[in-house]
Amino acid sequence: MSEAESLAKMTISSSSRKKQRQRKENLSAYAYLAPSLLIFAVFTFFPAIFSGVASFFRWNLPYDPVFAGLKNYEFLFVDDIGAAEFGNAVLNTLYFMLGIPINILVSLWIAVMLNRRLPAVGIFRTAFFLPTLTSMAAISVVWMWLYHPADYGLFNSILIRFGLPIQAWLRDPLLAMPCLIVLGVWRGMGYNIVIFLAGLQSIPHDLYEASKIDGANWFGQFRRITLPLLSPTTFYIAIIGVINSLKAFTEIDIMTQGGPLGATTTLAYYLYQYAFQYFQIGLASTVAVVLFVFILVLTLIQFKVVERRVHYG
Amino acid sequence: MDDIAVPEVKSQTYLKSKRFQSAAGKWLWYIVLTLSAFIVVLPFIWMASTSLKGPGEIFTYPPQWIPQEWRFQNYIDAFQAAPFARYFYNSAVVAICVTIGQLVSCSLAAYAFARMEFKGKGLLFSLFLTTTMISTQVTLVPSYLIIQKLHWIDTYQGLIVPFIANAFGVFMLRQAFMTIPDELEEAAKLDGCSRLRFMIQICLPLIKPALAAQALFAFMGTWNAYLWPLVITNRQEMRTLQIGLRYFVSQEGGTQWGVYMAAAMIVILPVVAIYFTVQKSFVEGIATTGLKG
Repeated sequence: MSEAESLAKMTISSSSRKKQRQRKENLSAYAYLAPSLLIFAVFTFFPAIFSGVASFFRWNLPYDPVFAGLKNYEFLFVDDIGAAEFGNAVLNTLYFMLGIPINILVSLWIAVMLNRRLPAVGIFRTAFFLPTLTSMAAISVVWMWLYHPADYGLFNSILIRFGLPIQAWLRDPLLAMPCLIVLGVWRGMGYNIVIFLAGLQSIPHDLYEASKIDGANWFGQFRRITLPLLSPTTFYIAIIGVINSLKAFTEIDIMTQGGPLGATTTLAYYLYQYAFQYFQIGLASTVAVVLFVFILVLTLIQFKVVERRVHYG
Repeated sequence: MDDIAVPEVKSQTYLKSKRFQSAAGKWLWYIVLTLSAFIVVLPFIWMASTSLKGPGEIFTYPPQWIPQEWRFQNYIDAFQAAPFARYFYNSAVVAICVTIGQLVSCSLAAYAFARMEFKGKGLLFSLFLTTTMISTQVTLVPSYLIIQKLHWIDTYQGLIVPFIANAFGVFMLRQAFMTIPDELEEAAKLDGCSRLRFMIQICLPLIKPALAAQALFAFMGTWNAYLWPLVITNRQEMRTLQIGLRYFVSQEGGTQWGVYMAAAMIVILPVVAIYFTVQKSFVEGIATTGLKG
């Protein structure tokens, strides 16, 4: 009996020592996490909650906020003027997203071409990656010059060469958004190509060998092997593309300021206008909440897919 | 790998032979790629060309690709018309501080998640995960109000502090820390090495590639940042390069394209230069993590 007692005592003392050690471990782990947590708390979590709360207030700076219930949401979704404006911003954002499938097609095509071991392939990779690397602000200035509405604008000079009438490009309400889409495809391509190349290189080579023996041609291989095995990558790129489209701001601010006639006012730019031009914090927060819900849903979908990819990949 | 694109043919004639097809395919491949790469690089060539032209050559049709007279004066004009040297300095200070801050905060947090067992680990990890779903747009207005309350508008702190934590960086470095074998830590412990010292002196050198990739992402991301510096700076001398460029172009009324392109070159060149020196780890970093710089 005494033996059992002492054994019990020993386990208690060792378990309490263990507890103590665990407590110390907890504390030091929290200390390691503290810098990140502090920044996240102040500049991510608090603002996110704050936006949620502010969306229920009528708050036009410099005046104090007044509780407004669902008035802001009503303004965005029901009100004649507000819903028209907001609807326009949503439609423009969706229109802008047309660039995503175009971008995927172009990048996939180039990635497939780059996925070979031939001399100078590195130079090509660098060339395609260059736009992604450079700052959007500088690029926007450069493309404003390319889209210059006079005859010495580069694109117009090409039109003239082919005997076509010159265009106002960014100053034409119908052309402004397509102009931004082309710029977006050009700039986003490099990033997508790198991701696609990684995806292509993870496809086992024996699959192609085997199908070759079965007499499959290049197109058959592409359709039956490359595309299906690449689908998680494509999906990932699509989701990232949607998220980036929802965030697009720089090129719009520099090139069009949401114009002409609101033709390029996307959700992100709309939010910026309400916050920093009209100082309507409540309404801006409501737009932020709507954006947040969009991005949250998309990111969750993306995580699910990436998870699946990790499991089966 | 190059035979992927070559259709399999059974005929024996030379024109249809594998060797000919392979050679023809290679040439076609080069031609198509060169053309597409040329189209992609064209805006850069046009920018560089315009940046060296005088007004007489800029506003002419048809466009001249190679300036007749190389006018470096545009660059001097850009530096004189706006304090680009100052913008450059601001961008460098902010980008370097954010990079260092992120490396410190991310490696500490990543180490805790990778190599420590503590209460609430799962919960805290998902908390970090959630931050990736909250975009800058959503936090923009409240963060601005916080910075205002702290009197950090037009300061380096205001430009730096909100960005020294980064969840993606934590995930990436955590992955790297997890590859370090436990035996190493036990051996270090037996030698009386403290945990922090083990992390700094033994682990960090071992995960250098991951740290380098993270540093690059942080630097490029901060250097190219636009929205936050736009709302957080009012005074000209606190603007970063991107914001300086924006005001430069919008205030000048939009006619001095030679000088604008020179300014754009000034903004773009440092990042391109960095890219060419560390190209490999950058592309590998994106490919393995899927992160955008």
